[in-house]
Amino acid sequence: MAGKTEATATRAAYGDALLALGEAHEDVVALDADLSVSTQSAKFGDAFPDRFFNVGAAEANMMSMACGMAATGKRPYASTFAIFATGRAYDQIRLGIAHNELPVRVCASHGGVSLGEDGASHQMIEDIALMRVMPKMQVVVPADYNQAYRAVIDSYESDEPMYLRFGRPSTPVVYDEIPDSMGHGVDVLREGKDISLIATGHMVWRALDAAESLESEDGIEAEVVNVSIIKPLHSETVLESLAKTGVAVTAEEHRVVGGLADAVREVAAEQHPVPVFAVGMGDEFGVSGTGEACMEHFGLTARGIADRAREALLLKPIVSHPPLFGPDWT
Amino acid sequence: MGDAAPKPVKTEAANLASMSHLRPVPDPRPPSKEAARGESAPTIAELERWATVLRIECVRMLAVAKSGHLDSSLSAADIVSALYNRVLCHDPEDPAWRERDRFVLCKGHAAPIQYAALAHHGYFALEDLQGLRKIGKPLQGHPDMNRTPGVEVSTGSLGQGLSMCVGIALALRLDNLQDTAHVFGVLSDGDCQEGQTWEAATAAVHFGVTNLTAIVDYNHLQTDGTTEQVMDIGDMRAKFEAFGWDTVEIDGHDMGQIVEALERSRTLDRPAAIIAQTKKGRGVSFMEGRFGFHGKPPTPEQASDALDELESQLRRQTDALRAGGEDI
Repeated sequence: MAGKTEATATRAAYGDALLALGEAHEDVVALDADLSVSTQSAKFGDAFPDRFFNVGAAEANMMSMACGMAATGKRPYASTFAIFATGRAYDQIRLGIAHNELPVRVCASHGGVSLGEDGASHQMIEDIALMRVMPKMQVVVPADYNQAYRAVIDSYESDEPMYLRFGRPSTPVVYDEIPDSMGHGVDVLREGKDISLIATGHMVWRALDAAESLESEDGIEAEVVNVSIIKPLHSETVLESLAKTGVAVTAEEHRVVGGLADAVREVAAEQHPVPVFAVGMGDEFGVSGTGEACMEHFGLTARGIADRAREALLLKPIVSHPPLFGPDWT
Repeated sequence: MGDAAPKPVKTEAANLASMSHLRPVPDPRPPSKEAARGESAPTIAELERWATVLRIECVRMLAVAKSGHLDSSLSAADIVSALYNRVLCHDPEDPAWRERDRFVLCKGHAAPIQYAALAHHGYFALEDLQGLRKIGKPLQGHPDMNRTPGVEVSTGSLGQGLSMCVGIALALRLDNLQDTAHVFGVLSDGDCQEGQTWEAATAAVHFGVTNLTAIVDYNHLQTDGTTEQVMDIGDMRAKFEAFGWDTVEIDGHDMGQIVEALERSRTLDRPAAIIAQTKKGRGVSFMEGRFGFHGKPPTPEQASDALDELESQLRRQTDALRAGGEDI
């Protein structure tokens, strides 16, 4: 299916795909909390006003309403900024949606620091951790418009609760067209033998850029892995890459704690312990600036990934030697 | 209690034995959808007797579970009796019947009273009631839609229930069921301290919900004291009215008032609030309206006293119904 070729925001895919879902399925309903133009759920609202519920600035009410609708046979898509979806309405998502295992899609736009000027109060950098730690919740972070469109379309088929994270800025596409499916949510976008660059969301295209510069500047062959379904994580694909390269750098627009970095480290620690370095947010909040300036401020760039990869490669020969005891190192 | 002559202390097992005759309900089936609105609907006296049955079940459950919220359950017993035995259109043999009315226990901590009603209507076996709060059993501490038949949606975190009710009511409207399927939510005063309840109250009016009734079980007692001491929520009637709801205030233990308010509420063209002034622990005199029992299970002695009182109440109610020619 043809998708976008020019840089487009993933939230735009949400708006377009939600509209398509509304046309295809009578039971799709959408809710928003006075951010429908930003999240782009307004497209659905304009087309299906009877099935669209703008609750105003009342995110807790929105999530519990979505719970009630799903319990009555609807497929609710509830959107707002990531900060309000997961921060303000955590308990509502937890009891009403996750605990009940209801097919509600919590669709969070403006995840991360790339929303820019609004600053720390709006820059959600803990949402992946919050949703990942919540029992029964699936966590999906698409890399570009095309994958985001597929993620929203496919989400209709799932009977389980799902968190989807979208972003504000226009983002280069990494998939030439809309993929046929989400697959298991871990795609190797570029093969390499020296190091695994495991990225999610807005960091995927940056990881591809980083791999390019590592190769052209240092002759390093980096493998780039896009993790779009962080939970449940398809650990086999991650482990295959770790086994091949023996060292990894994760990259996410999110706190390293609880995010993709920890998801990969959990898998590695138990099944294939190799150094896993991380690019992401440390113990700090965001700041105001343009989206791109914010990303640069926190090192969430292709250069940031490449630099961390070089550090990791320095350590790789030291820690990758066979252990003195235990099973053979593979 | 207190001044009464000391009586033999019953063991827990003796308590259960004394309760085992408690299958006094000849036909634990709900009235049919037609009956609920017709001549054969249960009378006020029958509903009052049912409320006593539900109260007895709650005491038994809590005595066995040694955990839970008894007084909160007792304050809602009359409301729940009126709903399950007369007002709600539901089908225990088909809990997923699309056109059923929905009952949401927003004050999920009063789960025992709902469980008692569900069991007596055959949603699950009466014996299951004694598994309340026990590991591996279906009756959770707070209602769980995936574990207990007849529970529409899980509750237990105060403030969320009314929003869920609004969502259910709107989904029913999308299915063109709003004229037949009504949503009844029972809220606590604690629910009304949560800001989210007022988000939901705003939304219900904004979205033009017509098939929703919120019953506030206003018993004026919470965990740390009276609501007036802890956080006074004041005139609930005025508050719901200010939010645009049709609002009535009733004595939440006057069955006639309860039934009238509930049946009227489903005929309105806007969301309805029923402020039910109640007493926590209603029906058990040492507990009624007294602080200090929230979340505390009865001791065996308290359970015994409570059962004695409720069982004699049940006998009186049963005798009165028999004297009136009812087949009880």
